[in-house]
Amino acid sequence: MRKTVTAIALAATMLTTTAGVAMAQSPSGRVVVVTSFPNDLTSAFQQAFQAAYPGVTLEVQNRNTNAGVKYLQETAANNATDLFWASAPDAFEVLKEAGLLAQYTPKVEGIPDRIGAYHMNDPEGYYSGFAASGYGIMWNTRYLQANDLPAPKEWDDLAKPIYFDHVAMAAPSRSGTTHLTIETILQGEGWDKGWKTLKEISGNFRTITERSFGVPDGVNTGSFGLGIVIDFFALSSQASGFPVDMVYPTVTTIVPANIAIVKNAPNRAGAEAFIDFLLSEEGQEILLNPAIRRLPVNPKTYAKAPEGYPNPFEDTSLGAAVNFDVNVSQARYNVVDALFDQLVTFQLAELKTATQAIQRAEIALEKKDNAEARALVEEARALIAAMPITEAQASDPSIAGAFGGGGGEARQAELEQGWASFARTNYGNARQKAEQALKMLR
Amino acid sequence: MIARTLTRMSLADIRPGQAAIAILIAAFLLLFLVIPVIRVVFVAFQDPATGGFTLVHFLDFFRTDLFIRSFWNSFYVSSMSVVIATIFALPLAYITSRFNFRGTILIQTLGVVPLIMPPFIGAVAMQLLFGRNGTINMMLHDTFGFRIPFMEGLNGVIFVQSIHFFPFILINLSASLRNIDRSMEEAAQNLGSSGFRLFRRIVFPLAMPGYIAGASLVFIKVFDDLGTPLLLNVNDMLAPQAYLRISSIGINDPMGYVISVVLVVCSLLALWVAALAMKGKDYATVQRGGGGLTKRNMRPWEKVAAYAIVILILFLVLAPHLGLTLLSFATIWSFSPLPDGYTLRHYETVIFESSQFIRNTLLYASMAAGIDVIIGTAIAYLVLRTKLVGRQWLDYMAMAALAVPGVVLGIGYLRTFYTVDMPFTGQPLTSFWLVLVIALAIRRLPYALRACTAALQQVSEALEEAAENLGATKARTIRKIVVPLMSGGILAGFITSFATAAVELSATIMLVQSTSDAPLAYGLYVFMQSAAGRGPGAALGILAVLIVGACTYLSHVIIERGRERRGEKSH
Repeated sequence: MRKTVTAIALAATMLTTTAGVAMAQSPSGRVVVVTSFPNDLTSAFQQAFQAAYPGVTLEVQNRNTNAGVKYLQETAANNATDLFWASAPDAFEVLKEAGLLAQYTPKVEGIPDRIGAYHMNDPEGYYSGFAASGYGIMWNTRYLQANDLPAPKEWDDLAKPIYFDHVAMAAPSRSGTTHLTIETILQGEGWDKGWKTLKEISGNFRTITERSFGVPDGVNTGSFGLGIVIDFFALSSQASGFPVDMVYPTVTTIVPANIAIVKNAPNRAGAEAFIDFLLSEEGQEILLNPAIRRLPVNPKTYAKAPEGYPNPFEDTSLGAAVNFDVNVSQARYNVVDALFDQLVTFQLAELKTATQAIQRAEIALEKKDNAEARALVEEARALIAAMPITEAQASDPSIAGAFGGGGGEARQAELEQGWASFARTNYGNARQKAEQALKMLR
Repeated sequence: MIARTLTRMSLADIRPGQAAIAILIAAFLLLFLVIPVIRVVFVAFQDPATGGFTLVHFLDFFRTDLFIRSFWNSFYVSSMSVVIATIFALPLAYITSRFNFRGTILIQTLGVVPLIMPPFIGAVAMQLLFGRNGTINMMLHDTFGFRIPFMEGLNGVIFVQSIHFFPFILINLSASLRNIDRSMEEAAQNLGSSGFRLFRRIVFPLAMPGYIAGASLVFIKVFDDLGTPLLLNVNDMLAPQAYLRISSIGINDPMGYVISVVLVVCSLLALWVAALAMKGKDYATVQRGGGGLTKRNMRPWEKVAAYAIVILILFLVLAPHLGLTLLSFATIWSFSPLPDGYTLRHYETVIFESSQFIRNTLLYASMAAGIDVIIGTAIAYLVLRTKLVGRQWLDYMAMAALAVPGVVLGIGYLRTFYTVDMPFTGQPLTSFWLVLVIALAIRRLPYALRACTAALQQVSEALEEAAENLGATKARTIRKIVVPLMSGGILAGFITSFATAAVELSATIMLVQSTSDAPLAYGLYVFMQSAAGRGPGAALGILAVLIVGACTYLSHVIIERGRERRGEKSH
């Protein structure tokens, strides 16, 4: 019985595949893919792909994005990997710069060039987008109810005093997707304003997690109430039954998750077949699977999506507010990470005390206005927002070159210590000023 | 005294066989530990611009507040973990070796179980039970309106670490207590000492080798561990800093390697202090006829107290497993003291999709632990019983593995062996699963080595001398006298190496080449990265604990039977 069912399913998939994908040469053997995607996603594609191409085995190696990049760099001399498959477009940029990827133009037609304001594929053809994701705010509905909190809509909302100690985010240096969120806010709101928003939100953080998944995990279990996440974490948690929900703020960007063929791939034909399979209608439909929940890049697939599924091709407000510039992001990638770590991650305790003091003073100000106290609170806010370096400096080679062991004029550790003490002194002074203001208002 | 001098002289003869073994071991350690690490650590002394030698990165380390803060945090957490772990281990070890206590084997087995928990999974479960919105605190908050910050910041790390690593002290201390010469105790009793005084003045000092071995392991492990602090999002500790630097900024960033060097130095210092504490003391006991303390029956009130203490401690140390069990059966567990509902679905998923993880783990961990006890026994013997030049360095070299962060070892292996092709297949050497076994063996060798050394320290040389006087060759003496007498310690070493190798992740994650060759910890890691994978991940974790626990129990039974056969069992 089971055999017949499998046989029918197999025949059906083969029919749809031959219809959707032009099979140039018949691939065979082992296709090795290094990926950062969870098991839920990879095993679904693995099964469907192997059913569509009997005789091909897809060997999945799961590594987080950074480790995957490092692995490909370390093993380039004797490469045994065919494909690199991950979310963060930046990681592909790094590999492309290092000359570790091979060009390939997928044979599937009908995929748009852009999604939101973002190029779907690498213009030079080194990597292709196969699914899209946006960044947003996720929350636990039970937690918000128990703590009597409203659901947020915009990034700024997270800076409100009511959310103090309820929010979390992954460190951008640890999570490629969070890095993109930070960069999106910086590009959308501008360097100074963006950092101000970021630090005001960070003052409300409960914790900064060391893995991307730490955030949805914490929201799901209720360790904290709200988190800044990439959409599929929220969508798939919801589909697994957790009492969570999410929203896309106006300043968000929809970015593609990508796949690329590694240079000197042992099984080039198999690698090409897999990319084409990913983009085919059948492959794209797998993305709608409740445990995966990513946004397909093939607009036709949305016809089969469940009610209320976000559609960036129709909902033009989604991800359109920011024109994300990959080159700007690339030039200051490490500097932004290090700045966030030194100003926020490692100074979180100081930042939180200062933030709380300011929030208390502001609440007191609403009841009883006092010009002098107001000025003090303004000064405190300015101290928190202050940045040790300007936007131009951040991408200047004299500073950016010090990162990643590049050997610029300054050393990374030296710069970081400077930024850290800058932040600590400022946060300390900010707290004092806010406390002084509060005393005046009593 | 004269006999002792003679013994020393007869042992001083250097035999070619011993030298050959020493050279073999040294070559093994050199190839699979020293060279890979040097290829990585090298960067710490390299000027990024010129490539020349420099110490400027070390200056940067001491000038950076964050690193200094991290250093003291690591020191504080490690010391407190030793204290808390001792509080857990001491009563259990004492009760089981002092009294006729039913369920001693159960305690000794359950007491090892915490080691089997992969650190990151343990922290997940502890958050669910003891976190700010965990079971205990939610109930406290609802009834009394307050919370206890078990898991806040460094507290959480200390709590999870001392539960995770306390078996090191329990195992080594119990082994030592069992090996104490009963005549010592009897002599003290004849002289009028009893009760707590007897324990404090005679029993505990005699068990010192085991306690120090265990405590120094706990200290170093906590100092070097990064999984737990990372999962609890505590990043201002030394090991997480090294890991964060290497894995986020890139393997070319010198500071990560500088911190690694500092970690190595601190661990070596801790070992040196431990060795210093033991110096000039002779813990060997001559008699092997009546090993272990006299066991006596408990009075009724003592029994009640003992059970109360044992149950309380076991409940605490098994809390992560309790949480994990709940999670593995839970449908949804979100912001509530207990899950919404229960299901068997997760076990089904794991058994159908992931049985290869379990198979691989059993194979890899037992091979690694086997290698460890063989090398561990050999090194212990060479260090304690021969006069080979530089023998102490074998010990130091093997122990240094303790201080090498797994990621560094992993990267070192890739750098050293990736360009080496395997004979015949032409595949890179690192894609062969045996490399994983060697990496695990290197990572866990220090545990086995400390256990073997402690065991050998308690075997009197006079026994070997006697065997040799009766005409046995050196090799035969070792095989027939030394190794059997050390068997308790060797087994303790095997169990610790096996159980901890089974859940090792940090080196594994760099070296795993394909899911079909991957061990369990890797599978858990993959499962735990998605919302839908938490249940199956927990189920896989529980299966792992059950299987490794069963193996541990089995080896206890085997060793107890061996003791009985040799007539070592009391009365």
